[in-house]
Amino acid sequence: MTAFAPIRTAIGSPRGGASAAVLVLVVTCALFAPLIAPYAYDIQNLPSANTQPGAAHWMGTDEFGRDLMSRIIYGARTSLTVAVTAISISVAAGLTLGAMAGYFGGWFDRAVTAVVDLTWSFPEILIALILIAIIGPGLESTMVAISIAYLAQFTRLTRAQIMALKNETYVEATTNLGAGHFHIIFRHLLPNALTPVIVAGMLATGDAIILEATLGFFGLGAQPPTPSWGAMMSSGTAQIFIAPWIIIFPGLAIAITVISINLFGDALIEALDIRNRLRSV
Amino acid sequence: MISFFIKRLLLLIPVFLAVSLVIFMIVHLVPGDPIDNLVQINSSPEQKAALAAKYGLDKPLYQQYAIWLGNALTGDLGDAIILRRPVSDLIAQNLPHSLSLGALALLFSTVVGIAAGTLAAIYKDSWIDRVTMTLILLGSTVPGFWLGLLLIMLFAVQLGWFPVSGARSWDALVLPVLTIGLGGVALVARVTRVAMMETARKDFVMMLHAKGVPPWQIELRHVLRHALLPVVTILSLRIGWILGGAVTVEFVFARPGLGSLLITSLNQRDYPVVQGALLMLAVAVMLGTLLGDIIQAAMDPRIRERIK
Repeated sequence: MTAFAPIRTAIGSPRGGASAAVLVLVVTCALFAPLIAPYAYDIQNLPSANTQPGAAHWMGTDEFGRDLMSRIIYGARTSLTVAVTAISISVAAGLTLGAMAGYFGGWFDRAVTAVVDLTWSFPEILIALILIAIIGPGLESTMVAISIAYLAQFTRLTRAQIMALKNETYVEATTNLGAGHFHIIFRHLLPNALTPVIVAGMLATGDAIILEATLGFFGLGAQPPTPSWGAMMSSGTAQIFIAPWIIIFPGLAIAITVISINLFGDALIEALDIRNRLRSV
Repeated sequence: MISFFIKRLLLLIPVFLAVSLVIFMIVHLVPGDPIDNLVQINSSPEQKAALAAKYGLDKPLYQQYAIWLGNALTGDLGDAIILRRPVSDLIAQNLPHSLSLGALALLFSTVVGIAAGTLAAIYKDSWIDRVTMTLILLGSTVPGFWLGLLLIMLFAVQLGWFPVSGARSWDALVLPVLTIGLGGVALVARVTRVAMMETARKDFVMMLHAKGVPPWQIELRHVLRHALLPVVTILSLRIGWILGGAVTVEFVFARPGLGSLLITSLNQRDYPVVQGALLMLAVAVMLGTLLGDIIQAAMDPRIRERIK
């Protein structure tokens, strides 16, 4: 079985196929925003401020007369960059910490588990806000805050996988052949533990998009004029009576992206048959 | 039961110390000298030193932490820099709003979530199940603040049924509770549905069917009762998550509360207020989780045994 077979199975299911198509569209928007967007994201045109959606501006304009659809297309870039970078860092760190804790045990495991359990009961938004309080608002801080907020989840999941794997006969055999600890962890244990963690990471990317938007909405994430779905809605609240589309469309973009990520992740879990391994945590 | 309660309470002490240490350190980890955030521009070094002495910033860090913690435990959280009032006053003013919102949202999620999950499980694979599951998928993926804004647009701006924002009357609570509650409903309903379907396959249920007990009685009196255990578990694990929802929703609805106090003071970099609000939210999450554990232990003796 190649690594792509389960992905192909997932795309083959109706839900998986539809959600994959949407995700490809979102990623295309993010990658080729300057080519796709009908207008620049930061060109103000005050006379046409708060224009209703119509032929010239399919999703209307915001309070500065900027084309909303162009800002949403560029916003895909901000959201995906922040979410994917943050979760990748978090997954990499979680894999390392979880593998070391699960494999070596002892005081290191106890220390890691204590910190993970400590953060586990606190909602991600609260952890993110504590970190933003320390490092200050902005997009980079948002990335750091998100990656730390989700670290506990991936550490916990990896640790559970490694604990289950490390007593297998093949590990004993490799040890007896004289393999070192790091060889065993990185060549034998982690490859076997990787799949559930990566799928969990994919699902967390959806949550991270929402968290980025929430922080942006609070004014603590992306700063103007950077287009961010959350920050756009935040400025839209002042126009809620006259230009509701400023709130409706960015929210729709988030909802559609996140739902597609969840549906595709779900299809992937089915195709890989790893629901139990994800639930064991 | 009492010894279980005391043990769980004692376990919270190290958690509280760790969390309070992180929150205390915020002021010292922020770039720049904390004194510079307090003094007026162009103050002389003597004035700075006097201020440092006044706030105890000239002492070693561990002493400062001990003093800060001691003060916090007696209700003295310092003074707000921007609002120039004791932080404890601000918290006392905002806490009741957050508590009523959080408690109602929790109640709403539990009751409606269990009802929806039960219906979906009983009418499995029918349109009721499908509609419920679709709503659950939407409820768990739609960002809370967007849902709140949509509800404001529909029910406050268009229909005028409820106030747009604030907390002047009781009906201002309806939309915020719905906004937080729907995410919780989604979670609770999903767990209830799965747990009920799993319980329905157990031998004792087959036995009840064989005895000729009416199906509705089996579902409600036997299956649901067993299925509630995982529901309580997930609720006790995610109580903090529902409280976290309150932070966002208060800000959306411009309601007074710990959440809006925190966001406003974060934007103004009013650190004493940030610390106070974070500390209170953390304590709320810890007490919420404790409450969940106790309810769980009261329902399931096996959990009481495990901690002994």
